[in-house]
Amino acid sequence: MPSYSMHSGECALMDKKEYQKRARQVEPPRPIARNAFWAFLVGGTICLVGQIVQAVLLSTGFTEETVKAPTAIIMVFLGALFTAVGLYDRLTPLGGMGASLPITGFANAVVAPAIEFKNEGAVMGTGARIFQIAGPVIAYGLFAAFVIGILRYALRGVWS
Amino acid sequence: MSVTEVALEGRGHLAFANPPLLAAWATVAGKKETQGPLGRHFDRIVRDETMGEKTFERAERKLFTSAVELVLSLSGRHASDVDLIFAGDLLDQIVTANFAARDIGIPLVGVYGACSTSSESLLLAAMSVASGTARRAIAATASHHMSAERQYRYPIELGVQRLPTSQWTATGAAAFLVEDAREARSQKAPAQGDGPTLRIVSATVGRVQDYGIKDPNNMGAAMAPAAADTILRHLQGSGHAVEDFDLILTGDLGRVGHPLLELLLAEERIHPKERLRDAGILLYAPDQAVDAGGSGAACSALVCGAMALPRLRRGEMRRMLLVATGSLHSPRTYQQGESIPTIAHAVEVEAVR
Amino acid sequence: MTFLLAFLVGGALCLIAQVIMDLTRLTPAHILVGGVVAGVILGGLGIYEPFAKFAGAGATIPLPGFGYSMVAGILKEIPKDGWVSVFSGAFKATGAGIKAALIFGVLAAFFVRARA
Repeated sequence: MPSYSMHSGECALMDKKEYQKRARQVEPPRPIARNAFWAFLVGGTICLVGQIVQAVLLSTGFTEETVKAPTAIIMVFLGALFTAVGLYDRLTPLGGMGASLPITGFANAVVAPAIEFKNEGAVMGTGARIFQIAGPVIAYGLFAAFVIGILRYALRGVWS
Repeated sequence: MSVTEVALEGRGHLAFANPPLLAAWATVAGKKETQGPLGRHFDRIVRDETMGEKTFERAERKLFTSAVELVLSLSGRHASDVDLIFAGDLLDQIVTANFAARDIGIPLVGVYGACSTSSESLLLAAMSVASGTARRAIAATASHHMSAERQYRYPIELGVQRLPTSQWTATGAAAFLVEDAREARSQKAPAQGDGPTLRIVSATVGRVQDYGIKDPNNMGAAMAPAAADTILRHLQGSGHAVEDFDLILTGDLGRVGHPLLELLLAEERIHPKERLRDAGILLYAPDQAVDAGGSGAACSALVCGAMALPRLRRGEMRRMLLVATGSLHSPRTYQQGESIPTIAHAVEVEAVR
Repeated sequence: MTFLLAFLVGGALCLIAQVIMDLTRLTPAHILVGGVVAGVILGGLGIYEPFAKFAGAGATIPLPGFGYSMVAGILKEIPKDGWVSVFSGAFKATGAGIKAALIFGVLAAFFVRARA
């Protein structure tokens, strides 16, 4: 029996950095090519659906200017519906960012915690957690838009 | 009883002068677990993972209660025959064990060791019986995939891509009945049959280890050093060579942590070879989409109760070491950028004719 | 042609986000925040608008398009509302999508329970 250090010195088995290096070596690599392929396919398909929705709306009298909001509403509705019937959480493990990045993924990020935290109550559960994932996107999106907006306001006349 | 009944020999190694018996055990497994390689060997199978309850927390509690009731009925004991129950789970404030104990009625010692709770509670039950404090004690634990996901990771309806290092929290529960040998002789448990008697001869309490792994999606890598530390100290404390064991069952290092443990042991010139198995790898088949393997407090308990202990009882093995490992982080410590402290507790079980 | 462009460009944006996530090991939440901020910056620089005209839904459906809408809403209102539009414009442009998500979320929570 080799004498293993009984002393409570930190990391007696192996140097910490060395261990972390070894841990990275045994880690199975992420299937980057496969993930990229499915992200492309799923994401592309969702955007294609968006384009079709937009085309249908344009044919019913909406203009290029007014079509954006109803398109967004319908796509959000589809994302919410697929989440509610339990299909969106099966799509994302395959599609990854292809399912998360489109606006349907944004809807999924709002609806999922809304359903999930129902058991914790309508106010402190659903209400309080509804922006758990979408909140950061809105907060930093709006903040970035604020900063850009200030700059463009200051530069009005120079650049508009 | 004198305190020498349980001797603390060196750092954290417990030798039991009167080894208590592991008299009975019961496993309750969820659907995915039942579809795995050990599917036929669980005592009870749960097809509806909500257990007919409104919340997954309540479902987990029901799994827990069901395992405790089952171990009592398998052993022919009543709750009033049991002096103490050592139990815990993964949820905040160990609500599964604490709430279930309202109805079980056995005095409760709540335990938290994350996924190491299975061997930690077994170790404590053995210690209490070996010291003469209790005649009989139950060790029990449970975990539920859904309740763990929503506490540690993301809402269930939110699709999130799993990573190759991710582990799958097992749905299930297990309970182990530890008895004083003298009590057991006077009142033999029916489930015991004619097979060998299982004794808990010694145990090693874990030391918290932290090798700076920060990724909660790679708990196997974080926990391997804790398992290595405990195994090495157990070998040193018990005086056994690694060859004396038919099985060293770790839980739940998975496919990433297991080779790291082999590597750390090899550095100390310990080569357990095929004796060293991991519950996280054994519970599910590779095609069950669990990535690096199983985890959760129930994982090692289920594999121990469905595979390891029955083999001891059938006389196919003589000595095993259960080394359940736990990641001691919380979602908050991870978000604050802290690394993951881990622990492993070892319990040595031997079969005697 | 517009349909093919929407598919190819939308797919490409998602592919880029996926590859960034796999290489940097950032969480999906970080990538989504990065995506919307990237859209805001490209919108502010005036790059996203011609891109959206070119790719249609392929540019507006992914989250960077959401960011672009925020900044476009502000820029559109500056001549009329002045500095107030910096505060009001972004929500005006994206309000329909956000409000729809909230309404459907509350509705879904009313009818649906989390399942195994």
